[in-house]
Amino acid sequence: MNQIPALVRVFAYLSLLTVGGGMAAFPEMKILTVDVHKWLTFPQLIHLYSVGQMAPGPNMMMIVSIGEWAGGFLGGVVTLLAFFGPTAVLAFVVARLWKRLEKWPWRTSIQQGLAPVSIGLLLAGCFTMAKGAIFGVETATIAVGVLLILLQYKVNPALLVLGGAIVGTFSFMPR
Amino acid sequence: MRLKAMSDPAAKPVLSFPATAPSGAVSVGQIFREFLSIGATSFGGVVPYLRQNLVTKRQWIDDRQFVEMLSISQSLPGLNATNMAILVGERLRGILGSIAAILGICLPGGVLMYAVGIFYHQHGDHAWITAALKGVAAAAVGLILSTVVQLSKKSLAGKFDFVFMAMTVLAVNRLHQSVPRTLVVVGILAILFHRPSRRKKESANQ
Repeated sequence: MNQIPALVRVFAYLSLLTVGGGMAAFPEMKILTVDVHKWLTFPQLIHLYSVGQMAPGPNMMMIVSIGEWAGGFLGGVVTLLAFFGPTAVLAFVVARLWKRLEKWPWRTSIQQGLAPVSIGLLLAGCFTMAKGAIFGVETATIAVGVLLILLQYKVNPALLVLGGAIVGTFSFMPR
Repeated sequence: MRLKAMSDPAAKPVLSFPATAPSGAVSVGQIFREFLSIGATSFGGVVPYLRQNLVTKRQWIDDRQFVEMLSISQSLPGLNATNMAILVGERLRGILGSIAAILGICLPGGVLMYAVGIFYHQHGDHAWITAALKGVAAAAVGLILSTVVQLSKKSLAGKFDFVFMAMTVLAVNRLHQSVPRTLVVVGILAILFHRPSRRKKESANQ
């Protein structure tokens, strides 16, 4: 079955939800890609997202993998365009209008108002992911460990995610 | 040489852009290559690499412009990395600059994740890969939480902002409301709370 139109629809829609970061769209992404379209399973979605944190560049490039699974090479390309196109156009329009928006009194209101909502969406996405990613003492320890290290020291987060892979291999490898 | 040029009255127009490239001075090809290199090397978060390359190394924009563009990027939908690419590209070379910048920053990670996706699809059920991925996913949860804490420290002001944040989390995770509905309802409440007239009153009181 041709999944291309569905990929475009889903990822263009998700694109507009990424207020404050890609994670804001995660709960909706789980519903649409896992429950509705069944392009992948929930653990697979979590794994791709997490591996994507080690890749350079914008941290949601894992959407390309989902597109490729659902629709091959073309699927990967249209997913990329659908996910970044709408917000790119919006950012471009705002860049052009900025000189006028700068003095608009509601601009600061919008920025101040959206800050707590976008952080809330990020946290909600994090909880959705934690439901699938945190089970038992080992995974909780890894998550809390990474959190504390990042709050305390200036470490490259990609290295810590890689560290998680090493700890995971030793903890969960069947003997 | 530099000093001489500065005392030369003919160099005045240049001095009005002391640390940044005038619009049109950077070619579309240069923009693409610079963002391609950021896209290929920015492990663990793009923003510090953007600053290092665009402000410190190339001096295409100055620090004040960078901070302003970043605050625009953060309040728009879209990732900081791609929104910054669009804004910086537009500033340097208009629409072609934006296209070159976003393609450049997305291409390396996109190609990599394309390959990773295929590999994971074929080999993802190996025991050691499954074990490693469990650790990776747990680490990613810690990473997102640290982002939440850092953003909260920086941009939440007053107890009402924490109320709006909690309302958002409850709506999505507990009441199972859709993200757009939550965004619109809580967003409008929070924006009205921070309305211009109230802000004026607050700054007058201080």
